[in-house]
Order: sequence, then C-alpha cells, then structure tokens
Amino acid sequence: MDRRDFLRLTGIGVGTLVVPVLGRPSGLLGATTPIPTADKKQLADVVLNAARAKGASYADVRIGRYLNQFVITREDKVQNIVNTESYGCGVRVLADGTWGFAATSQVTKDGVAKAAEQAVAIAKANASLQAEPVRLAPVKGIGEVSWRTPVVKSAIEVPISEKVELLMEVNAAALAAGANFINTFLFLVNEQKYFASSDGSYIDQDVHRIWPSFTVTVIDAESGKFKTRDALSSPMGMGWEYMDGRASEKVTGVTTRYRNAYDMKEDAVAAAGQAREALSAKPVEAGKYDLVLDPSHLWLTIHESVGHPLELDRVLGYEANYAGTSFATLDKWRSKSFEYGSKKVHLFADKTQDHSLGAVGYDDEGVACRRWDLVKDGILVNYQAIRDQVHILGENASHGCCYADSWSSVQFQRMPNVSLAAGDEEKSVDQLIAGVEKGIYIIGDGSYSIDQQRYNFQFGGQLFYEIKDGKIAGMMRDVAYQSNTQEFWNSCTAICDQRDYRLGGSFFDGKGQPGQISAVSHGSSTARFDGVNVINTERKI
Amino acid sequence: MAILTRDDCKAILDKVLGFSKAEGCEVNLNGSTIGNIRYARNEVSTSGSVEDMTLVVQSNFGKRLGTATVNEFDDASLEKAVRRAEQVARLAPENPEFMPPLGPRAYGESKAWFESTAAIGAEYRAQAAAGSIGPSRAKKLVSAGYLEHNESFQAMANSAGLFAYHPSTEVEFSVTVRSEDGTGSGYVARDVNDADRLNTGRASQAAIDKAVASREPRAIEPGKYTVILEPAASIGLLQNMLNAFDARQADEGRSFLSKVGGGTKLGEKIVDERVTLWTDPTHAEVPESPWAPDGRKRDKTVWIEKGVVRNLYYSRFWAQEKEVAPTPFPVNGLLDGGEESLDELIAGTRRGILVTRTWYIRTVDPQTLLYTGLTRDGTFFIEDGKIAFPIKNLRFNESPVIMLNNIETLGRPERIQGALVPPMKLRDFTFTSLSDAV
Repeated sequence: MDRRDFLRLTGIGVGTLVVPVLGRPSGLLGATTPIPTADKKQLADVVLNAARAKGASYADVRIGRYLNQFVITREDKVQNIVNTESYGCGVRVLADGTWGFAATSQVTKDGVAKAAEQAVAIAKANASLQAEPVRLAPVKGIGEVSWRTPVVKSAIEVPISEKVELLMEVNAAALAAGANFINTFLFLVNEQKYFASSDGSYIDQDVHRIWPSFTVTVIDAESGKFKTRDALSSPMGMGWEYMDGRASEKVTGVTTRYRNAYDMKEDAVAAAGQAREALSAKPVEAGKYDLVLDPSHLWLTIHESVGHPLELDRVLGYEANYAGTSFATLDKWRSKSFEYGSKKVHLFADKTQDHSLGAVGYDDEGVACRRWDLVKDGILVNYQAIRDQVHILGENASHGCCYADSWSSVQFQRMPNVSLAAGDEEKSVDQLIAGVEKGIYIIGDGSYSIDQQRYNFQFGGQLFYEIKDGKIAGMMRDVAYQSNTQEFWNSCTAICDQRDYRLGGSFFDGKGQPGQISAVSHGSSTARFDGVNVINTERKI
Repeated sequence: MAILTRDDCKAILDKVLGFSKAEGCEVNLNGSTIGNIRYARNEVSTSGSVEDMTLVVQSNFGKRLGTATVNEFDDASLEKAVRRAEQVARLAPENPEFMPPLGPRAYGESKAWFESTAAIGAEYRAQAAAGSIGPSRAKKLVSAGYLEHNESFQAMANSAGLFAYHPSTEVEFSVTVRSEDGTGSGYVARDVNDADRLNTGRASQAAIDKAVASREPRAIEPGKYTVILEPAASIGLLQNMLNAFDARQADEGRSFLSKVGGGTKLGEKIVDERVTLWTDPTHAEVPESPWAPDGRKRDKTVWIEKGVVRNLYYSRFWAQEKEVAPTPFPVNGLLDGGEESLDELIAGTRRGILVTRTWYIRTVDPQTLLYTGLTRDGTFFIEDGKIAFPIKNLRFNESPVIMLNNIETLGRPERIQGALVPPMKLRDFTFTSLSDAV
C-alpha cells in the first residue's frame, strides 16, 4: 500500500477506514511496556528445541509485538483515532536444505512448539521441489543482547489529547494562512521484536518510527484550478522529539526544510502560501534543464533508481512477476567498470544511520547491521544480499538487510537505507545554485513512476523554482522530469557538502507476493544533474 | 479453519455488542483462510497458508468516536477490545460529521462463494504452479508466477439492530514468462470466484506465446498512437477514474468533476456516448458483498451513462448535507462494450499498438486526472490488421477522461481484477518516452 492509497482511504470518511493490522487492542498505561525478556527466551528455547527434534538443521524464531497508532484529521475535525496491537510468533527453519515457515498468534509453549513442527513439516514437503539446497552464510551466536531506537520520548506514550491539540493547531494555522482544505495525520509504530536462532543468539529489540504529514489544498474559485502541497516532513526512526521543531534543525532558504526535528505548524503555513502561489506560477517550458534536487525530493529518486535495482533477489528474477527485474545484472557488477553514475556519485547502504527508518541493531535473521558501498566513484561495486544469497557474490557474510513486516510473515531481503554520500568539497546550496544557468530547483516528492527494470522513470515534486543565471527567478508549475537511470546518475556534476545532508524516506515500501511493507530512509545533500528532460504536464479535459 | 458461518458470526457479534456501555457500537468481523504459491526461475520459491480473523469495534458517546481492533476471540479479549474503543472515544474530541449506526435493512443476493475454491489445498497449488512452469521450461522460457486463493467472510452488527453476513471465495493467478535471452516477456492474469473456471496451463499459454513473440523488440518514436488496450492494460486507469467519483471532492472544487464557478459535472457529458460504466455487487460474473462496511445497501449504480455523469459516491454525512441518497463507494466495475473479440479489433486496425499490460501508474495531475505509467510484457505494432513486430516498451502520460473521448471501438468485455472491461481501441494515446525495460 503506498502513501496515496492510505490517504485515499482516510478520505472516505469515518467508519470505513481499512486498517491493515490485527491483534489485541492496546490500552493506555502499561500497554506499551514490553513483555519480559525472560519469558520470551523461554518460549524461544521451546521453539528451537522442537525444531531440532523434528530434524531442522537451522531454526530462528521471532516473537513480535507490533503497536500502531493513527490519528487522522481534516480542518477542525478529528476523523479517527485507532490503536492496534498484534502479537504472535513466526518460526523459520531449514530442513533437508529447504526453507519452511509457520506462524501462530497462540504465544504459549504449546502454540509455538506446534508452529515449529509445522515449519519443519512444510520444509520437508517442499524439499522434493528444491533444485539446490539453501546455503547460509555463517553467523556467530552472540548470546543475549538488546537494542532500542535511541528515542528521547516514546511517541506512542504521549497522551492523545496532546497529539490532537497539535494537529488541530496545525490545521487552524494552515486555514488562517489561506488553505481551503487540509488533511493531516500522525502515524506511529513500535515494533517490539525478540529474535532467537539455533546459532545461539537471543536478540531483544525495541524499534520506534514516526511519520507526521499533511496535504494542503488551495482553490482558485474563478478559474476552478486547485493545487496541493504535501508536508516536507520525513518519516523517521525517532520518538516524539521529532515534533519539537527546534531551530537548530531547520534549513532555511527559498522555503524551510527540516533535518532531525519538524515544525509542522510552520510548514503547513508555508504550504498554504505556496499552493496559492503555484496557481499563478509560470508554466514550465518543456526542454532540457539542469536540475537542483533537494534531499526532500531526491530520496525518492534514489529509492526507485538505486535502492530497488540493487536488491540481489530482484536481479536474479525472484520479483519478476511483481515489480519486475533489474537492469543492473551480475555481468555489469563483475566487470568492475559499469558506470552507474559520474565519478562524484558514491551510494552506500546501511541499517545504522542515526534517526533513520532502517536503523536496528540486528536484522531479522540475527545479523549485526552495518554499512557497505553499492556504487563507489560511480562504479557499481555491490548489491544488497542476505544470508542465503551472499555466496552468489562470492562473499561470506550477510549484508544484514533481512526483514519481515510481521510475526506472521516470512523474513526476506528488504532494502536497507540507501544514501548518496555528501560531497567531499565545501559547497553550499547557494553556491550550487549560483553555478546553474538554466535550471529548476525541486523540493519535496510528488508523482513517481519507473519501469519494470528500473531504466525509464518520471518524477514530479512539491515545489519548483526556476533558476536563471545562478539566481532563483520564481516559482514554476506543471513540472515533471523523465530520464533513464544510468544517464541520470552520470549527469550528476555537483553535490553539496555534509552540512546539507538530510534523510527522507518511505513508511510503505512494497515487495513480495503476498506483499510485505518495509520502512526505509535515504540520505543525501542537494545535488545537481545536468541536461535532464523536463515535460509540462498540463492537459485540457 | 473453515470460515465462520452466519450463525457463528452472529453469536460473536451479539456477545461483543453485549459488552458495550457506549451510546452506539458497531462491530465488523472479517476472516479468511488464504493459501498461496509463488514461483520464479521455473521453481517454487515460497508457499504458505494463513488463517486470520479481525474484529473492529467502533464505539461512540454522542459524536465522540473510538476504534480498536483485536485478533483473539476469547471473552476476555473481546471485552477488552470494547473497553479500549470506549476509552479512546471518551478521550476523542467530538466529530461533528459522525453518523450514528444504521438500522436493519435487506440486501440483494450475491453468490460469491464456491465449494471448488474452498476445497483448494497444497496439492492444487502445486499442480497450478506445475501447469505453468512445465510448458515454460519446455519452450526454454523462464516463468515467474503467483497464485493466491482465499475463502473469506465479512460480517457486521450494530447497536441499532443491523446484522449482515457475506461469504466469498476467490482465486487470483498471474504469470510473467520471459525468454532466456531476456529480450521477450509475456504476462497473463486471471481472477475467478469459482476455481473450476481457472486452468493455469491454458491461461499461461498466452504469456508463453507473448514471451516468444516479443523477443528482440524494435524501438519506435514516442508520440500519439492508435492503441488497442487489453483489459489488463486499461483496468488501472479505469479504476483510478472511478475512485475519483467522490461527490465531496467535486463539491469542494478539488476534483476533475468540479465545475468552474461551483457545482459538479453531474448530469454533464464528459466522455464518448458509447461509455456506460456501472457497478452491481449481485452481478454473477463479478460478485461482491451486497452491503458496504457501514451497513449501507450496495444497489446497482450507473456512474456514467452514454457518456453522461449520472452518480457520484457520498459518505453518509455528505449525503445528508446535500440532501441526496447516500450512494456508497463503488465495487466491481462494468464497462459496456461491443461484440468484437480482441483478434477482431486487431484485424480491423490499419496501424496501431497492442498493449497487453500497463504498469506503475501514478497520478501526475488530479485536476485533469493525468496519469503516467508504462507498457509491459507484450507490446506489439499492428499493421494492416496483423501483429507486425514487437516493440520496445513506452511510457505514457494520459488521462482516462481524454482516453474515453478518443474511442474507436469497444470489444467484448471480460473479467479482470473483479471488473468486466472490454478490450478497447483508442486513437491518440500519448506515449512520451521510450523504455529499455523488458
């Protein structure tokens, strides 16, 4: 489900919100307190023993408690407040060289033992269809460890009244600033995940994520034209401290953008004014432009044109029936000379960046998270792979990017954070813009579409500013750019330095059949791409 | 788990309502047994079975509303769900748009449950995959596919005495077949309620044929072309258009159906007079639940009749504001067509492009309902009534409104994604760039 599906669902009205969660209802006090680690260890050992007894050569278990909270509002109304909790146990085993998986919501000794036995039975049944046995990269057991997202304040524990007050203030400010309509929501996630494996690891993790967002709509009654502007927030691996909007985290310029703290009210007020301005902005003339892309926009281009094509299982054909395959085939990697981008382009993967959505201590197969290069000095150097895939790359250690979105779904390779490294040389956004003769500065993400091998893409945005002879000349409208991935990244001629580096990301990346979702961040500094094809999207109906 | 019967559901729902201390309470209970098998590289990659049930409780005190969900059905868990919903409702601010639960009413009959599908197990799944993998392997092609089947039920009850129940079964199958040299790809998708009507081997043949026929495609210049869209190619655009028939958005002036100076295009002709688009949950070919999740009856509704907008969908609140009947959100979609088959449409085309499927469709401009996306898995150039050669895929930027004003011919409708859509020949479909993707 992508963000727009989610927003459309909330627009239908009270009572018809479809919530993709299940589980026990969460109450208030005490509901967010994690279940005692000792209890989980006991159950995990029952699973591991049961699996071994039935003939598994490897087993892992995830006892997960997933808490979500949605607060959905429009203008002066709270449309819905939903609290959900889902609790259960998922068991994955290797038997006869084949994977088997089973999950249960009966988290008792009997319930989880049965799931373990079922998983082994499924593995053995599928073994006859298996062409090659699974090869797992080794992982050394690490005993009992724990990890927690370093939040200052858990957002789920903040009283509802405070959240409602904030969103109502934001909406009122936007309306006072000239918005005709505003839809605002707050989405909070807490994953309490306990992982154990027959390698001898017992990992207890408490993961927090937050995503505040809005869409402001402004209508010009005379012409009947309307424009929207979405929030410039990012979904983050943070707690309630993200909402404090402190000045030190603001990036000023043609509009204020946000690093590790968000000022929602300020952004909503700016949105109202900018949506109104967009109505009478200059329509873009189609042609080639040098694009200056803000991190609040560029994250999505990175996601689609770098993150996805470098998922190894996608390259091998495992996603062919859904989102397709990848142009970044193994022969290009083996050549060690495939120019994915210009020499300035350095793209890296990680599940460790502070405040990111992907950051955890260990992935969902117990591998310690780290950082590795995907594209170095423009050359394709690696992919994203997990324990049963790295041998294909001739490596002996998983990259640590395995994930399942629920106790009831099976873990598989998911995109880690994928980011564009900041420029080495000192360069501010103003300096970057000063070097552009004919360009467009794009802030915020809009429409996005890419083909089934990740070649041809088209992206929109939230705000478009014309750059003429090194200066911002005014707002533009109806802008979208079309390019080819390799051409695009090779046209990167400048990247701002670390001072401008910011995270963007998605709460709802989709992959697999049946589909699973995953949250992922993408960092970058403002970057320049030369000679990109821009179209004007206005039509008459 | 066989799914819960009507009586099973009523018993649970009555128990939950019995716990309620709120002014109003509405409970939805949904459950399903789902099986799936996925394959890629001509091998099974994953296979599983999931049983799941969810209860959603909505409680209100006056106009204060709270919602809680649960997936455990012992008495203690059920009661806790009700208490949590009430707790949230007490804390929530008043929502002036809250509508109280509806009273009991009668619904149409919709046959959506079939024994053939309910009986599917691991054996069927393995055979369905084999029926697709075998023929692909035999032709030195690589198949990747997915089959998912479910037996499901939906039930609801509320404190105003309403009770409703609807069982259903469905099978969805899709396969992408690629040539070993990676230059050809074909796709097929089928969905049925009755498993007896699906033969994956026979269905896969079309994907196999296209994989072979689409090898070594030629590049053509982007531009406006006459196209024949197979149902799998037009469904995404049509679905997006129907989803945008929201009355409130139109009344508020932020829809493609809004009129300059106020008002909506209700009663106005917006597309070709050959377009009649309607929905009917009791239609035998594409059955759906005859009631909406808030208890409203889903009647047969004509959205566009001979090109004219006849209906928009409303929330109960907005319908009350506008003093009109509260037409609920559309399910299934039936677009009237003609008598011609796809082959006959091709035979009648002097020059055009056959599109099997469209992909990654995203909104570019809600004002004109402009979407962008790409062709995929079987794109061919037609010359003088015959498929002449395969072509490279193309990105389009097009609006379904413009598309439905450029109709040449509508063929015989067939089922796709729970809708009935004809293959359609359109002129001046806008392709804006070339893609190297296969």
